[in-house]
Amino acid sequence: MDMSQYLNIFVEESRENLQDLNTSLLELEKDPGNISILNEIFRVAHTLKGMAGTMGYTHMSNLTHKMEDVLDGLRNERIQATANVIDVLFKCLDALENYVENVSLTGSEGDEEYSEIVDYLSGILNHDIPEKTVQDNNTASGKKDNLRLELNEYDRNVIENALGQSLNVFEIYVELDQKCLLKAARVFIIFQILEKNSDIIKSVPPVNDIEDEKFDYYFTVAVITKKDREFFVKELNSVSEVRKVEITEITRTHLGDNKQAPAVDNAKRTEIKEDKHGAKDAAQKTSDKKVTAKTVRVDIERLDVLMNLVSELIIIKTRLDGIISAGERDREISQTLESLERVTTSLHDAVMKARMVPVETVFSRFPRMVRDIAKELNKDIVLHMSGEETELDRTVIDEIGEPLIHIIRNSADHGIEKPEDRIKKGKERTGNIWLRAYQDGNNVIIEVDDDGAGIDIEKVRRKILEKGLESEEIVNGLTDDEVIQYLFLPNFSTSDKITDISGRGVGLDVVKTKIEALGGSVDVISKRGLGSKIIIRLPLTLAIIQALLVLVGNEKFAIPLNSIREIYNLNPQDIKYVRNQEVTVLRDTVIPIIRLHNVLDTEVTEDDSSKKYLTCVVVKKGEKLTGLIVDSLINQQEIVIKSLGRLLSGIRFIAGATILGDGNVALILDVNSLV
Amino acid sequence: MASSHRQYVVFRIDNDEYGADINKVTIIERMATITRVPKTPPYIKGVINLRGDIVPVMDLRTRFGIPEKEADDNTRIVIVEVSNNIGFGIIVDSVVEVLQTEESDIESVSGFTGNANLDYISGVVRSGDRLITLLNLEKLVSELITV
Repeated sequence: MDMSQYLNIFVEESRENLQDLNTSLLELEKDPGNISILNEIFRVAHTLKGMAGTMGYTHMSNLTHKMEDVLDGLRNERIQATANVIDVLFKCLDALENYVENVSLTGSEGDEEYSEIVDYLSGILNHDIPEKTVQDNNTASGKKDNLRLELNEYDRNVIENALGQSLNVFEIYVELDQKCLLKAARVFIIFQILEKNSDIIKSVPPVNDIEDEKFDYYFTVAVITKKDREFFVKELNSVSEVRKVEITEITRTHLGDNKQAPAVDNAKRTEIKEDKHGAKDAAQKTSDKKVTAKTVRVDIERLDVLMNLVSELIIIKTRLDGIISAGERDREISQTLESLERVTTSLHDAVMKARMVPVETVFSRFPRMVRDIAKELNKDIVLHMSGEETELDRTVIDEIGEPLIHIIRNSADHGIEKPEDRIKKGKERTGNIWLRAYQDGNNVIIEVDDDGAGIDIEKVRRKILEKGLESEEIVNGLTDDEVIQYLFLPNFSTSDKITDISGRGVGLDVVKTKIEALGGSVDVISKRGLGSKIIIRLPLTLAIIQALLVLVGNEKFAIPLNSIREIYNLNPQDIKYVRNQEVTVLRDTVIPIIRLHNVLDTEVTEDDSSKKYLTCVVVKKGEKLTGLIVDSLINQQEIVIKSLGRLLSGIRFIAGATILGDGNVALILDVNSLV
Repeated sequence: MASSHRQYVVFRIDNDEYGADINKVTIIERMATITRVPKTPPYIKGVINLRGDIVPVMDLRTRFGIPEKEADDNTRIVIVEVSNNIGFGIIVDSVVEVLQTEESDIESVSGFTGNANLDYISGVVRSGDRLITLLNLEKLVSELITV
């Protein structure tokens, strides 16, 4: 059977489920007795098991099966949710992620059986007290009012809630023909019917055993449903080889009945409050789920196609603007053009919004990561996140994950001190890392803030000297901020030892490069003893920007408007030299001057020295300024950024290209490389 | 790959004929306005606007060390695509035909000269009394391909 067409769906849905699992496990760790979290985890594991089974991934389905057993035990309180158990569950999550990763790369789950984890799970299961499974021997007479099932505290609460919501609760007893050959198949059909029309809240024997054919020829389930009794009677009886179906409505009177008190399942009375809360949540969740799914999954490629088409539209609109010259415009043409302008801008905005994804998708894995690192380093660290709903363009989201991982790892490894050290310094034992995202004008800002040791500036100065990067007097003359910039150089690390996490000196420069490639910037603020803060600025819109078109030689170039501070006429006599570099003074600041025709190797049309004034475009990169000398200014317009393609994407000073209204290509200057 | 049948797009530069694997040729365009890109090797003349996409264009004459020539009505740009979505155009004097040949008719050039620069030739094939040099397109741009 060709499963390949389902691979994509499988991988996507598995990833979503694993995401849920991750979040839930973290919550569970903080609140181990919470039944509703356990139910959620059980639901996810069950879904994953089903999906894995359908696709034929036996290892994965085996693992999830065992997880289900353990989870079932947890929610029935046969097993205690100790730190050890939760750890094992996390390991299961990792194993499942690996399976899914393998599937997405190769189409098969791989051969890893994770037998160690499976053994752990079995071990946990075997420590529990064996449950009395079949409870239905006391009411075999089928007297309608007596229930076969024994209801524990948890069950009662769930049923109580369902009844409170005017739902029906039935106990359904099914007896199969004793001569039935394929019990599992019959059961599958029956369960399909049940699951389609109700929520199965209890099953004796447990669902897993039934699916494994570990039952005689009858079983009992309790379900919550909107359908009425007759519906189930009809449906279940129509399944072949079903000999008998008995449906009893469970009412409040059954709940009040305490005579069926099982020896084992005594829920602790002290946990009543939590159970009630959990049960309500469980019922709530099922109804919630039916409301929220009003989204559509869209292939990224389709969004890219949309984006391209909108870009083309904008180019054509600009052409139209240019063709209909100002003199020929009458009112009607003007108005129509304005409407066109409005619509294309709105269309552009709408498509951009469609590509926006909340940073949550990237942030969500960090709590787990910080938890793991903290454990590994024997430190106590808490991660606070805010602004997860802030949105970024899809392409940026894909790229921002890695840099953030580096930065957070650095904070945890170098920033936050060991608990003993923190206490000595008078700080709280637990270190804090804040991860914030928020919008600021045309940018999205992501901050990583820690209350750790801060950057040891002196150590960095020493390292600069050690590496022979600068002479001693220069190093002493650097301000603290300038010293920090050196951390972003490749292979720079002040770590004495290299850990698995950081210290190799390859992190920060990669971070800077990646972020600048996205058109953003990175800044570091640090106070010794108090902590460090890394600020990442990312532009909101990527592909369409406002730009200034300039002429250098007789070639047109575009400079992104965002990078321009100001434009002015520079008197050539105001250009001085500092160490072979041309500079000028702009309102008390000395800024370097770059003659673009030198850098871009263009033809020189007029000799600069013959001009009275030079057109100087002052550009900025963070706080640094540089003056670019161009031959003349053309105009300001909206341009669509086009990539130069893989062959030319590494060319210095050029960030990309754009297609002008006349169909010709103009190159976009990479301001970052010029400043 | 069952058949050993090969097809090559044959084009001319001066009096020499060259062939490019038809599987790698996307489209053949007339000459277009080329925008120069600074800081590129001399044989990269610049980029063109190919219906909304930016495509870099190479002059084979420069690449082979032959003096350049002005474009005329026969000049074409052969757009090719090599490993993994890398597309670029090759300026040629004219395009001649699509040549059908068998793998067995292709002769290797190793041993002809010790010139390492010739690694962009993947072989030669005879057609009548014509000799067609088959190009290794990847090698033409290998120095530009970054990771």
